[in-house]
Amino acid sequence: MSVQETIFTSELAARFDKLVTIYPLRRSALVPMLLYAQDEKGYLSDEVITEIAQRIGITELDTRNVISYYSLLRTQPAGRYHVQVCTNISCMLRGANEIFDHCKKTLGIGNKQTTPDGMFSLEEVECIGACSWGPAAQVNYDYYENLTPEELDKVLEKCRASVVQEGKGSQA
Amino acid sequence: MADVTFTVDGKQITAPTGTLLIDACRKVGIEIPAFCYYPGLSLQAACRMCLVRIEKIPKLQTACTTPVAEGMIVATETDEIKQARKAMLELVLGNHPLDCPVCDAGGECELQDMTFKYGAAESFHTEMKQHREEQQWSPVVYFDRPRCILCYRCVRVCGEGMDVWALGVQNRGVTSIIAPNKEDHLECEECGACIDICPVGALTSGAYRYKTRPWEMNHVATICTHCGDGCKTTLGLRSVDDGVEIIRGDNRDKSGINGDFLCIKGRYSFDFANHKDRLTKPLVRRPDGNLAPATWEEALDYAGKRLAEVRDTRGGASIGVIGSNRTTNEENYLLQKFARKVLGTNNIDHHRTADYTSFARALAGHQDRAASLRDAGTAPAILLIGNDPTQQHPMLAWNLRTNVRLNRARLYVANHAEIKLLRQARASLAIPQDGYAGLIGYLAGDDSALAGTESSAAFREVIRKEENLLILFGSEYRGRDIDALVNFGLGLPNAKFACLSDYNNSRGAADMGLMPDLLPGYQPVASPAQFADEYGNLPQTGGLDLIAMFDAASRGELGALYVVGSNPVSRYNIAPGALKDTFLVVQDMFLTETAVLADVVLPAANLYEKTGTVTNTYGDLQLVKKAADKAGVRSDFELIVRLADRMGANPKELVSYGIGMRADLGQSRGVQSGESDRHAVWLAANHLEPKLSPFDPFAILDEIQRLVPDYQVDRLALLAGNDERTVPPLVHIDNASSKTRSDGVLPAQDTLFTSGTLGRYSSILDEVMESRETKSAGAAATTSLDVST
Ligand code: SF4
Ligand code: SF4
Ligand code: SF4
Ligand code: FES
Ligand code: FES
Repeated sequence: MSVQETIFTSELAARFDKLVTIYPLRRSALVPMLLYAQDEKGYLSDEVITEIAQRIGITELDTRNVISYYSLLRTQPAGRYHVQVCTNISCMLRGANEIFDHCKKTLGIGNKQTTPDGMFSLEEVECIGACSWGPAAQVNYDYYENLTPEELDKVLEKCRASVVQEGKGSQA
Repeated sequence: MADVTFTVDGKQITAPTGTLLIDACRKVGIEIPAFCYYPGLSLQAACRMCLVRIEKIPKLQTACTTPVAEGMIVATETDEIKQARKAMLELVLGNHPLDCPVCDAGGECELQDMTFKYGAAESFHTEMKQHREEQQWSPVVYFDRPRCILCYRCVRVCGEGMDVWALGVQNRGVTSIIAPNKEDHLECEECGACIDICPVGALTSGAYRYKTRPWEMNHVATICTHCGDGCKTTLGLRSVDDGVEIIRGDNRDKSGINGDFLCIKGRYSFDFANHKDRLTKPLVRRPDGNLAPATWEEALDYAGKRLAEVRDTRGGASIGVIGSNRTTNEENYLLQKFARKVLGTNNIDHHRTADYTSFARALAGHQDRAASLRDAGTAPAILLIGNDPTQQHPMLAWNLRTNVRLNRARLYVANHAEIKLLRQARASLAIPQDGYAGLIGYLAGDDSALAGTESSAAFREVIRKEENLLILFGSEYRGRDIDALVNFGLGLPNAKFACLSDYNNSRGAADMGLMPDLLPGYQPVASPAQFADEYGNLPQTGGLDLIAMFDAASRGELGALYVVGSNPVSRYNIAPGALKDTFLVVQDMFLTETAVLADVVLPAANLYEKTGTVTNTYGDLQLVKKAADKAGVRSDFELIVRLADRMGANPKELVSYGIGMRADLGQSRGVQSGESDRHAVWLAANHLEPKLSPFDPFAILDEIQRLVPDYQVDRLALLAGNDERTVPPLVHIDNASSKTRSDGVLPAQDTLFTSGTLGRYSSILDEVMESRETKSAGAAATTSLDVST
């Protein structure tokens, strides 16, 4: 199925055009496509779902079924920095609950919420595969391990700073 | 396929290789419980209720996914298995609501039955019950989420079975839910298959929910009154003040020709019977020009007197009769007999939606060439030309889809429109709307008949190579085109044909001689043969067809018109003034555009309120059983007999009843006490059961079977509720006269959600149409908003 007007950047659209051709089954391209789309758009909006369903040649319902299966795919915008704190057993034994509570307190938001300025969102997640270095958290695609509340504050500070940096950069 | 032999619970079983263990067991009466397995749908293995022990395999296995193998030794009900099943139920019941007392499925719920059998009464799990409000997804479908046990039957029947794909599964694990395609509502074909297939009460229907408890209904299996496919529908009934009301239609026993299927009309559209505008009193036009209620005596006397007057003063040829394509064969037969014998006229017709006469002529003399509806589910190859079965023959469409899906049947479609069945087609050909005749010429080898391309040549190639091709054609084909089509098909080995028409008994109306030029069985009026012996004097020149009757009426030449269950004024756009000089008697359920013009209106029963037989468009003959009842109405059969009586005819000459006045009931006590029952069966099998009433349709069925050779089917099988094949007529229809004959076909163009005049009185069809309009209007409104902002 070809798509006349894409909502994605031309690079991503070109990538998608290729992606659907490389699997024996067209719909195998669905999950990677959703991930790339989420990276570009921040979340999977109705428009994203419509276009991807078209590209794969399945119903929108079918696309939503898959999205709802994976907790890492989201249909609501997240913050610029998406803080994901693992509270599974290894991390929990090493104080993950305190880390999570600390996040809630310092950011002033609860699980799956976003700060009013859109900077941070918070999510409690299952094991992220860093059990040996728990408690662990993932901010966007970066991992932070052996966390303490103080360490975490540093991480958040770094995020804020880099935004300011970026902002300056773009002004210059 | 080769058979394998294996042992289940110590019993030796043989089944074809590849059979699933669960099916093989069920076939020999060993029941293996299952929630998620459903015959004909893809395998899910989600519920683990079907666990069995197979020797040499360490773990319990799911019988629903295990093919049988030679020498397999299986146990299906050991303590270990019972415990496993009980444990599965405990998990399902962990967060299941305690809704049974109010749940629609209570009493016929598979989860209740399993819990009863395996006794998972104690709760070992302390899961929270997850209450959610019931949601309405469409006029038909309601969803009660907490009751869902996630068997996915609904998702599969909608997708695989209906090819609608309107239901999906969202989330995962215990939070999985069934979701509709439009987030909070459904846009679908509203067939209700998902509701009936749901093993519990999670999906319920707008028509039935919270109306009754299942065990408080009576059930009668009869035939759907809507399209020409003639599905069997089992009606759930209860007594009400003014008769017996239908509250449910389903096909759960799957005993009918339609197996698993019913469309919205068969399942829900029986509600016209209780429409507020239903007529329950005869109406007579008073001197002041208004129709006013009258007693039966008054109305029948008046109608009979006036009809007799017109006949005696102006002759039978000045009277017209229009019959119905929803009344029974017996009523149709009786109506034409009444017209010809009592009124003395051949002016009789009905709203024709297919040219069966030409079809019968083309097939005359060829054995086994007329297809049954069942053939569409088994034929290895099918050519569908014209028609849109998804809209007009939903059951046929289901059979075609199922046949393609399960048997890899080759479906070929030629149509001018983008019909939905193209999705199942192996090859297709788009032709112009006026290209149907040309298509046959082209298939037969005439290259100039159709603007051919490479793909049309390839299409022709594959068709001509098919053996055992089933050819289905719509009302695009009439007259000579049918001859050409059949001729082409007869050139292929073992091709079979079916002619598609629009209403429940369109075929029966034609077969039973509601035609100005043909007697029952397509026997020309000019050579009445056995009918002359039976009826005595018969008018032997052809009469007026429907259009000609109205023409005659507007010229003031039609003294009287008798309309039974038909609305020609609306259907043929007749100017109301056309009938001003005609005495008009109408039998109907409602004050239709035709009935408002009448001098006498007689309130009639519908197909669900009478007994008899109907013939579907394929020629499958089926029994209609009286299910519902309404005070104040009478069957068309009774009304015809009563009118004849009022006109001075002897009812016994119309309906031969009261032949044997005593019924021998056999011995009722002692060792032979079953004799009376067996005797009754024998009498029925030999058409000898006592017919003591002039309103007994079986007295007429006897006559039909005696005089119409195609209807000589096994009476006992018919009474048992089986569909019986009628065979195309053996009589020779005169070719010379047929050349000038007009086919008079007016296709009804009904869709899934319409059904002629009757459909307008069905509130469920109305609601569906309305919800679709408002939804699309709503969608249009939002788009225009988007543009403006
Ligand atoms: S009513 Fe029929 S078409 Fe609609 S969701 Fe249910 S199964 Fe699908
Ligand atoms: S709604 Fe009914 S049929 Fe559908 S998954 Fe749930 S229990 Fe099964
Ligand atoms: S397919 Fe035709 S006969 Fe069957 S339920 Fe629907 S309308 Fe009735
Ligand atoms: S338990 Fe936290 S990363 Fe595995
Ligand atoms: S029936 Fe076999 S797992 Fe559900």
